[in-house]
Amino acid sequence: MRLLIKGGTIVDPVSRRMFSGDVLVGEGKIAALGESLDDAVGDGGDVIDASGKLVVPGLIDLHVHLRDPGFEAKETIESGTRAAACGGFTSIACMPNTNPVADNQTVINYIRSKAKELGMVNVFPIGAITAGCAGKELCEMADLKEAGAVAFSDDGRCVADSGVMYRAMQYAAMVGLPIVAHCEDITLSAGGLVHEGYLSTMLGLKGIPAAAETVMVARDIILAEATGCRLHIAHVSTAGAVELVRQAKAKGLPVTAEATPHHFSLTDEAVAGFDPNTKVNPPLRSTADVEAVCAGLRDGTIDVIATDHAPHTPEEKDVEYGNAPFGMVGLETAVGLVWTKLVHTGILDPVEAVAKMTVNPARILGIPKGTLEVGAAADITIIDPELEEVVDPARFKSLGRNTPFAGWRLKGLPVATIVGGRVVYQREVARED
Amino acid sequence: MRPQGKDLLGLATITTEEIELILDTSARMKEILSRPIKKVPALRGRTVINVFYEPSTRTRVSFELAAKYLSADCINISASASSVVKGESLKDTARTIEALGADVVVLRHPLAGAAHLLANTIAAAVVNAGDGAHEHPTQALLDLFTVKEKRGNLKGIKVVIVGDILHSRVARSNIWGFRKMGAKVAVCGPATLIPKDVERMGVSVHHSMEEALSGADVVMMLRIQLERQKAAFFPSLREYSRLYCLTPERLSLAKPDALIMHPGPVNRGVEISAEITEHARSVINEQVTNGVAVRMAILYLLSGGED
Repeated sequence: MRLLIKGGTIVDPVSRRMFSGDVLVGEGKIAALGESLDDAVGDGGDVIDASGKLVVPGLIDLHVHLRDPGFEAKETIESGTRAAACGGFTSIACMPNTNPVADNQTVINYIRSKAKELGMVNVFPIGAITAGCAGKELCEMADLKEAGAVAFSDDGRCVADSGVMYRAMQYAAMVGLPIVAHCEDITLSAGGLVHEGYLSTMLGLKGIPAAAETVMVARDIILAEATGCRLHIAHVSTAGAVELVRQAKAKGLPVTAEATPHHFSLTDEAVAGFDPNTKVNPPLRSTADVEAVCAGLRDGTIDVIATDHAPHTPEEKDVEYGNAPFGMVGLETAVGLVWTKLVHTGILDPVEAVAKMTVNPARILGIPKGTLEVGAAADITIIDPELEEVVDPARFKSLGRNTPFAGWRLKGLPVATIVGGRVVYQREVARED
Repeated sequence: MRPQGKDLLGLATITTEEIELILDTSARMKEILSRPIKKVPALRGRTVINVFYEPSTRTRVSFELAAKYLSADCINISASASSVVKGESLKDTARTIEALGADVVVLRHPLAGAAHLLANTIAAAVVNAGDGAHEHPTQALLDLFTVKEKRGNLKGIKVVIVGDILHSRVARSNIWGFRKMGAKVAVCGPATLIPKDVERMGVSVHHSMEEALSGADVVMMLRIQLERQKAAFFPSLREYSRLYCLTPERLSLAKPDALIMHPGPVNRGVEISAEITEHARSVINEQVTNGVAVRMAILYLLSGGED
């Protein structure tokens, strides 16, 4: 059966063009792009009216914690992929810090087969760098790649031992997959809860200096140069880290970087009421850091917008700030924050914003996604750039409700998500807020 | 007049008028303490529960006496003796305490923001008796009261706080309190124990005690935790003491009638030399007495004792 997405503004991040037209989907693939394809739908075909909306390649989130296996009270592959679909994502890469850790083929196979069986969105597992994410012994990277891992990361933890990281990058370069680095010198962050600055001083919460991240970004860039390994810096949050990535790119090193919506939308001022939903690692930073992250997004230093979706249960989060776990959910607020804070403000044009959530992460992970080329899998997201809604965590499909954005009015929201030609999410008629 | 909020969580968010109200009420309470029979029926039938997640003698006893002098019923719960050791969360403990009928809950907790969490959970008034390195508002209020009693006025005086500012809730509350009352505040300590951007709280920062003490009206010495040395915040107690111990020589740089304060307990010979502790200008023991009066005032005001 065919599907026609009619009359939208097609955003093609590959050719960097925006043009009005129809997208015809058939057999799960993009069948045609063009003007007035009505006749090609055939009898019984579905039509989605996309007038006034953006039709973009299915969004990709390179940084998601699905929590399954092991932490199913926080999230499951089912709830997580459903949340992704509602957030406009057709593909997500999930981090290996599950229980057991995705440091072996069995866990990678489980995640892929479970996701496939559920059929919501495409799930690309990221394998661990070291066994148990313990930072000591290398994982069987070739084995993990064979099972379907698209990158390696010990995310949530930094590989503290530089010798181990050096060999991990030599080995990953040989295997041909990138390392996604969580950059944190734990001797500097040591027990810290929030960004070290006026807010940490005022609140008496132990600070995490910006240097804790920046130092480790410097180390990993040096190791990427030494090994030739492709390095992707996760959740860049400091001005220093942005500058180091900029310099690395100027030197032509194989370094890419991502920023999260919370790191370009919020400063550490958000912590003032001790809301544990503002507790995240790396922490919400200073105004100068947020400005640097936005500048990095604008000039292309930061290639990717990824959520670091990190669901937790209310029982875990609704405690003293110091006892709450780090992390916030992001899948269902990402598009709204990108449009509200970056596109409507003029920091990014729609093509750039879409590129950072489609073709750029696809290239880093080496997956055949993020494009609307004829013949490609019909992964498509439709975004209404003018639609507004107030964030209500009670409506999330994610099991995690830990967001600092509850009550925020966001403008620019996904209205339909199509995976392999199948509509997995379509927004109901506009809700009244 | 009553304080605006139902709770006393810190001095960062309190108004100058509220501070003045508490100090004026404390003076009336202190008069009660001077009577042969130190008991008034103001809070008869009210219940104050002290919940202490950290060991404390001084503050807990002070609150307990304050409640008793006002005829409130007072119960103490310490973390080790309660269901906290069975893994009950602070919020659940709070709801239980409220169900037991507390009118005021006094909380001491090792984590910053714990009193906020409690205040958001229960309808009873919450008094923060120290939350991590965040605030210790009753200590600062008794310090304000003590200085005001001695000096008559807080406006324009110079207060110097010396020691481990980084980990000190007493320092934070005192900075807010003295600044709001119009005093100048200087903080002094090794660079490793001065929190980042503390200047934005309206204080000057000094690493030389000699420089900081010049012209001071109040010298407030903080307790140095011996375990900080192990965490490499300073090289040795010997060097710390050489640089930051209050000695008679250093005291001579302050105004001749400068007051010496310390929230206690004192490490004699480390942050304050033995002869200074007993010095005529030391008000350390009066701070303790005034603490009871100030806490009586706070319990009274938060219980709506005015009507």
